[in-house]
Amino acid sequence: MPPAFVEFLQFLLSGITSGAIYALVGLGFALIYNASHVINFAQGEFVMLGGMLTWALTSAGLDLPLAIGGAVAITVLVGMALEKLAIEPARDANVVTLIIITIGAGIFLRGVVSVTLGKDFHPLPSFSGDDPISILGATIMPQSLWVLGVSALVVIALQGFFSYTLLGKSILATSHNRMAAKLMGINVGFVLVLSFGLSALLGAMAGILIAPITATNFEVGIILGLKGFAAAILGGLGNGLGAIVGGLTLGIIESLGAGYVSSDYKDAIAFVVILAVLFFMPSGLFGRRGTERV
Amino acid sequence: MAHNVRPSGYSKFAKKQTYTRRMSTRKSRAQMLLSERGGGMASLLLVILVLPLFLANDYHYDVAVNIGINAIVVVGLNLLIGYAGQISLGHAGFFGLGAYTSAVLTAHYGLHGLLALPIGALGVGVLAYAIARPVLRLSGHYLAMATLGVGLIINIIISREAWLTGGPDGMYVPLLEVFGTEVYGGPMWYWIVAATLLLAVWLSLNLIDSPVGRALRGLHGSEVAAQVAGVDTTRYKVMVFVISAVMAAVAGSLAAHFSEFVTPAKADFSHSILFVTMVVLGGMASTFGAVVGAAVLTLLPQFLADFADYEHVILGLIMMTVMIFMPKGLVPTLAALARRGARRTAR
Repeated sequence: MPPAFVEFLQFLLSGITSGAIYALVGLGFALIYNASHVINFAQGEFVMLGGMLTWALTSAGLDLPLAIGGAVAITVLVGMALEKLAIEPARDANVVTLIIITIGAGIFLRGVVSVTLGKDFHPLPSFSGDDPISILGATIMPQSLWVLGVSALVVIALQGFFSYTLLGKSILATSHNRMAAKLMGINVGFVLVLSFGLSALLGAMAGILIAPITATNFEVGIILGLKGFAAAILGGLGNGLGAIVGGLTLGIIESLGAGYVSSDYKDAIAFVVILAVLFFMPSGLFGRRGTERV
Repeated sequence: MAHNVRPSGYSKFAKKQTYTRRMSTRKSRAQMLLSERGGGMASLLLVILVLPLFLANDYHYDVAVNIGINAIVVVGLNLLIGYAGQISLGHAGFFGLGAYTSAVLTAHYGLHGLLALPIGALGVGVLAYAIARPVLRLSGHYLAMATLGVGLIINIIISREAWLTGGPDGMYVPLLEVFGTEVYGGPMWYWIVAATLLLAVWLSLNLIDSPVGRALRGLHGSEVAAQVAGVDTTRYKVMVFVISAVMAAVAGSLAAHFSEFVTPAKADFSHSILFVTMVVLGGMASTFGAVVGAAVLTLLPQFLADFADYEHVILGLIMMTVMIFMPKGLVPTLAALARRGARRTAR
């Protein structure tokens, strides 16, 4: 293999790995936005909770799989509580007010974690060792394969959930038209709680998968939440496929930008591309056109 | 204050009619004093004049000056968010750009501070004007993303170009010199920032009561309806975006000279979020709400510092609680309560 190609492949692989994480976080944004039209700026905190709780539970002596299960379960409960206690009482508030509520929730969750679990960085062990695997000359860590594999599984499972289960269909119905869904006997309140729970699950999974690669601390959610939001917007808000494509695109642009242009400016390059896309496609890559209602 | 947006008010033929309508509904002097424009301005002036009596030491002055600086930004941002209904998650970028323009021009190029400040404001104004049209074509969350992106890019450039800006460590800023005397210490800065804030509030109130303000409120209500009524919505959106960016830049320059030190944190995402939170917490579409929001969120961390590690837990809880129970923000909610109370006693 020519070295230039190997180098390109290497950048691509690392881009897809972080892109998969952004996609999971972006999917969480899309899910909540669809069900409730809220942009949940505490989404990054779900990611942080997943990683930090897994670390806390393993250091308390639990096995890794058990700790992961516990961390995901707790995060899902936190997500549901957020909807029930903070979003639902303010349902009639306008969009910016709801955004501020979720930002407040994010600050609160970060505060609670920093008080109870400390402010240090904690690595998680890789799920299956640290021996690099060689692909066409480029190397990939086993953990990256875990990220890609689990992300793909989660997406497929989600697709199945929305297409084949009554519960999934009731979420879709609610996102299309809340009033009509209500009239058809769907418990809209429960659907909203459920979508926050599901979104928390996606966030927690992302946080757990990435923790062995980047380590975790109480503030990792800020930047990952931001990237997830960017992924969801890039793909077109409220579009699940869009969030996935947006996340992967974002990851690849960042990685190629860091490799070929400047690692100092990788985030800036990513945002310049997002701005450029939005200037020509104001509703993102797959967004609905003409969403403004009179 | 219910200003009904009447489409006829925008037509150039109906100008006179609007004028007579305004005259016929003009408020009595007592009402004027209680109104936001007359009474609010007077009470703000009173607070500014009386406050120094309670400022005992440098730390108190420090907090007061920071409130003023934040309030200048938030008054401008409120025009954009509260009146024009356009969100920006990137205003700390403009604030930081103003601060660093002053810092770099005075420290590296020996320019006079009073010259660097307008250069920064002008530069930010031009930049805001250049990006306003493509950015403001977007709406809602897409606009939030675009402004966030602009702010982040500015922040990244400031952090990376260390040869010019000192990078993440920040850089020192020379003292501001006015008429041959160096501006130094809390009391002097207090009056400079207070005067600038009064100017900002006065500008903002006048803008809101002008035809521009009415056009903006129409825009907020329904952009399409405003367009149909003949309002050039893009022009007004761009105008307010530029005004708010320039106000942020001026505040940034003042902040740089006041603290004699700037870091990229002045331009970062969480600082942008803080500004937006001040607008919403104080009360959208209320200029004095903006000032109150800035005061509350600047003071709160000072009080919460006693709680040490629990500071953020409490801050987050307060933010959530206020927004859940007062979704319109502090000032509009309390004003409505007061009005209801007054009506009850009148009965």
